[in-house]
Amino acid sequence: MRQERFEAENSPLWERLEQLIAELERPRYKRRMAPSERLNFPADYRLVCSHYALARSRNFSPALLDQLHALVLRGHYQLYRRRTAWGWRLLNFILLGFPRALRRNSGYFWVALGIFLLPALTLGIGCYYEQDLLYSILDEQQVASLEGMYDPANRRPGRVEERSSESDFVMFGYYIKNNIGIGFRTFASGILLGVGSLLILLFNGIVLGGVAGHLTRLGYQDTFWPFVAGHGAFELTAIVICGAAGLLLGHAVLAPGQRTRALALKQNALEALQLVMGAALMLLLAAFIEAFWSSSSLASATKYSVAALLWLIVVLYLGWMGRAPDGSR
Amino acid sequence: MIGNGVWPDRMSTSQAPLLDTLRQYEIPEGVSLEFRLAGPVVRACAWGIDTALRGLLYLALLFLFSFFGGLGIAAMLISIFLIEWFYPVIFELLNGATPGKRAMGIWVIQDNGTPLTPAASIIRNLLRTADFLPLLYGFGLVSMLVNREFKRLGDLAAGTLVVYRDRPSERMSPPSERVVSPPMELNEAERRAVLAFAERAERLSSSRRIELAEMLSGVTGRRGQQAVENLYGYANWIIKGHSRASSARGICTSPHGSR
Repeated sequence: MRQERFEAENSPLWERLEQLIAELERPRYKRRMAPSERLNFPADYRLVCSHYALARSRNFSPALLDQLHALVLRGHYQLYRRRTAWGWRLLNFILLGFPRALRRNSGYFWVALGIFLLPALTLGIGCYYEQDLLYSILDEQQVASLEGMYDPANRRPGRVEERSSESDFVMFGYYIKNNIGIGFRTFASGILLGVGSLLILLFNGIVLGGVAGHLTRLGYQDTFWPFVAGHGAFELTAIVICGAAGLLLGHAVLAPGQRTRALALKQNALEALQLVMGAALMLLLAAFIEAFWSSSSLASATKYSVAALLWLIVVLYLGWMGRAPDGSR
Repeated sequence: MIGNGVWPDRMSTSQAPLLDTLRQYEIPEGVSLEFRLAGPVVRACAWGIDTALRGLLYLALLFLFSFFGGLGIAAMLISIFLIEWFYPVIFELLNGATPGKRAMGIWVIQDNGTPLTPAASIIRNLLRTADFLPLLYGFGLVSMLVNREFKRLGDLAAGTLVVYRDRPSERMSPPSERVVSPPMELNEAERRAVLAFAERAERLSSSRRIELAEMLSGVTGRRGQQAVENLYGYANWIIKGHSRASSARGICTSPHGSR
């Protein structure tokens, strides 16, 4: 069959499909066709795919091939587009997906926890017994500002400026920008063979441990610990989870196993993304607690008991939420 | 290349893989889709436009929130966080491209030609941090240059491609109606070349048209505009068949020609 005849016979179908695709490309509220008119889209699209294949094998003209290719491309894009119920997916993720994803990758979590916790404990004990050790991590100004922040003589734990409801909001914004940003960076830098995540975890472990030991040594424990205990449940856990997500990426690049590197990276990135998004939600919650609860001047006993409750919630949520009735998953 | 003496530089029908930015992906329907990959320069331009837009956005928000005191600062900090991390995600999920990419005529798709998924968009944009290191997308550039598909680290992890978005172009057809039967049988590559010449001729200058058509003067014996017309005739012959153009048209007017 010559090209002219082929075109004449089939162009009505092509035009129909073109209109249908144009309709599907419009946002939903601008569509004019009834849903029933769109029913034969898959069949028409597949027919045009075969026309394209035919036109190619018969060496029809480049312009016709371009026209059909464009049609197939646009049709393919529309046919394989996914539409998601966002609210339902988010709820499902929080209640089931995130804790399950973490338990699937718990090995990475324990490694990340070790990388974070061991230097934190070492430096914490070191700075508790050795007065000047903290100065080898932070410079004088930073140490002075930290000491000022948690000095029991000032009734403003964790803040440099005077506490007010407005400054609570400012700090909430600051914690979101800063902490979630750190979480994302901890994850992203994991693609550099895991080194980035490793360094950020190590660095945070060293600094937080050192500061905690140093302030306890100065006798500031009654301002420092009640402040950090509450939101720490979410914040520290979330940073470790982000580190675990980064290690997932690094592992895929370093040792993909029987998969190709590209495939391993793609698959692990999808797993890691669930960890990061869950951790980001935890950091959001932590920012809220840190800004509005941790900085309040309630009695230490109240703060400690709430903190204990929060830690319990985190452990139960991550460890047991979404398990199957027989305890698996 | 060995010519056969008749057709100058007789083209081979087997196509050797050329150095090209065209990538093919075979879809379940059994045909190959073609994507023209966007390289580092056009993507850097897109990024530059986006960065400028983001700067303007920050300024506008800073002005707006400056009326709200402490709450304004909080809103500004949260906006900075959202714009820094999710500006590309939001636009890519809405249009497939950020305003900068759109201006450069490129967009992001999955590497199997399907629309960008939310997960992939978030992955590729969070990993910008790693691509940006050690400075100004150093690792990203190295990754793009080493990779066959111009993927930066984020694209590798998300399985995404940045490709040119083809604008629907007007369909060109051979300018004349005359049908000329070629003096010998044409092979596939030759037929393709003749058709491509006839369909693109109107975008060329007339002297370039003549120059190209006169490459065949040895076979056709025609020169100048006549050589061009002659090639149009061949193209029409390939498309329509023998010179009984009028009768052929008669059959084809009914869309589903009864045979």
